[in-house]
Amino acid sequence: METTFEKNSFKSEEYFINMGPQHPATHGVLRLLLTIDGEIIKNVEPDLGYIHRSIEKMCERDSYQQIVHLTDRMDYLSAHINNEAVCLAVENALGLEVPERVKVIRTIIAELTRLASHQLWWGVMGMDVGALTTYFYGFRDREMINDIFEETCGARLTMNYNIPGGLMFDIHPNFVQRTKDFVAHFKTKLPEYDTLLTGNVIFQKRTKGVGILTKEDAISFGTSGPVARASGYSCDVRKLHPYSAYDRVNFNEALFTEGDTFARYRVRIQEMWESLAIIEQLIDNIPEGDYKTATNAVIKLPKGEFYQKVETARGELGVFIVSDGKKNPYRLKFRSPGFSNLSALKKMAVGSKLGDLVAMMATLDIVVPDIDR
Amino acid sequence: MTDLIKVYKINSMTNSDLQTLISSWNSELEFSEAESQFLNITVKPEHLHELLSQLKSNTETSFDYLFCLTGMDWGTDLGVVYHLESTTHRHQLVVKVKTSDRENPTFDSVCDIWSTAEFHEMEVFDYFGIKFNNHPNLKRLFMPKDWVGYPLRKDYVDEVNMIIK
Repeated sequence: METTFEKNSFKSEEYFINMGPQHPATHGVLRLLLTIDGEIIKNVEPDLGYIHRSIEKMCERDSYQQIVHLTDRMDYLSAHINNEAVCLAVENALGLEVPERVKVIRTIIAELTRLASHQLWWGVMGMDVGALTTYFYGFRDREMINDIFEETCGARLTMNYNIPGGLMFDIHPNFVQRTKDFVAHFKTKLPEYDTLLTGNVIFQKRTKGVGILTKEDAISFGTSGPVARASGYSCDVRKLHPYSAYDRVNFNEALFTEGDTFARYRVRIQEMWESLAIIEQLIDNIPEGDYKTATNAVIKLPKGEFYQKVETARGELGVFIVSDGKKNPYRLKFRSPGFSNLSALKKMAVGSKLGDLVAMMATLDIVVPDIDR
Repeated sequence: MTDLIKVYKINSMTNSDLQTLISSWNSELEFSEAESQFLNITVKPEHLHELLSQLKSNTETSFDYLFCLTGMDWGTDLGVVYHLESTTHRHQLVVKVKTSDRENPTFDSVCDIWSTAEFHEMEVFDYFGIKFNNHPNLKRLFMPKDWVGYPLRKDYVDEVNMIIK
């Protein structure tokens, strides 16, 4: 009688599984179609468009002031930086010089935004790999930043603080002191992040050597931000094409060369230290002056093409405005960092285990509205 | 600080140097710096793939980072705008390609040159109906599979009045 338990008699077969659109680890409505063989991923195909709001089409209808308010619905964790991108594009197109005070305040709030985004990412990253405590630590510290935003901008998440020409209103009298308090507080808490998660052996075993993206691939896939910098590609827009007050602050670009999930994790931890350093350099030196330059009530850009890039918490956000001289753009394209970063997921994931996919996606730091637009 | 910034820009070519070099490869290119902060090259569709692969492989230009790929409808012409940057030399360049064929606009895909183009070209196909030869997986990316028409074209009629009031 033939035995059915010989190893060779087991048939291996590829099959599909569906991940998302409602899945706690996809951080939004992202659907992945996975082809797997046992536990090994053979193919990953993202299915997008679940929260597509046709922002680019709406921009063709709207005035430039209105467009600013659409952008913080893209990457809502970098809301202030997205607003800044459009404002800078409009200001550069008009040849408008904003007051020094505006540049410095914009930079401080942009770095606070980056910190808040990375804190949320860190909490969720730990949760994705099974360490629930990080979530509460991250959200506890992020709460202080949100309170600062609430007091100065009037909103906690989609701040709408930038307008073409400057800021909506001046900073709150408490802003400087509360920001200093936060920096002092977070400097004592950030080392706790390391002792809680970074040094954890289980965490390291789940992230080291997993989801490797080489420097060549990182460039070819157009990745940017922490994802690209973990692969050794130096691409910080704040260094390469300084805008606002980044030309006068001293900070290091977080750069690692391993390209694995752990390197992407460490880039963001180091970026938090750098953001704190940037805030410390500026917070005592906010120049006096106006908080905005007057613009016309109806902004008309000259005919032409204008491109502005900024560094959001996720990478390089590009705003490409094609103007035909009217009060609304002829065409407006957002080059969103998440879109290009997501395209590299297939390269990272194929060949690795299904369980590691969640850790990889956590370090891609996907915000789906940024991808779907 | 300014020293730090300089370190990042090694052997960067000026726009006029780029123009001199690239025009020696192909005499049919149109160069323009008007109304843009970049040097713009307009290339005929049949020369597109050859030019872009040369821009990447040539060691002097070495445009290995495609940071933006935009579909455009210029009214009569449909086309694509490629924003390129060199990660070694840090110079930037814009390449444009146009076609007046609105029924069946087709260009060569650049997926084999820059992997990021795969997703971006799907987006352009979705919004403008521009097809790309040799694209591995050309399909609608954001819009529903059964959507009729290409919503970012200027002659698109928004029948249900979703966007344009």
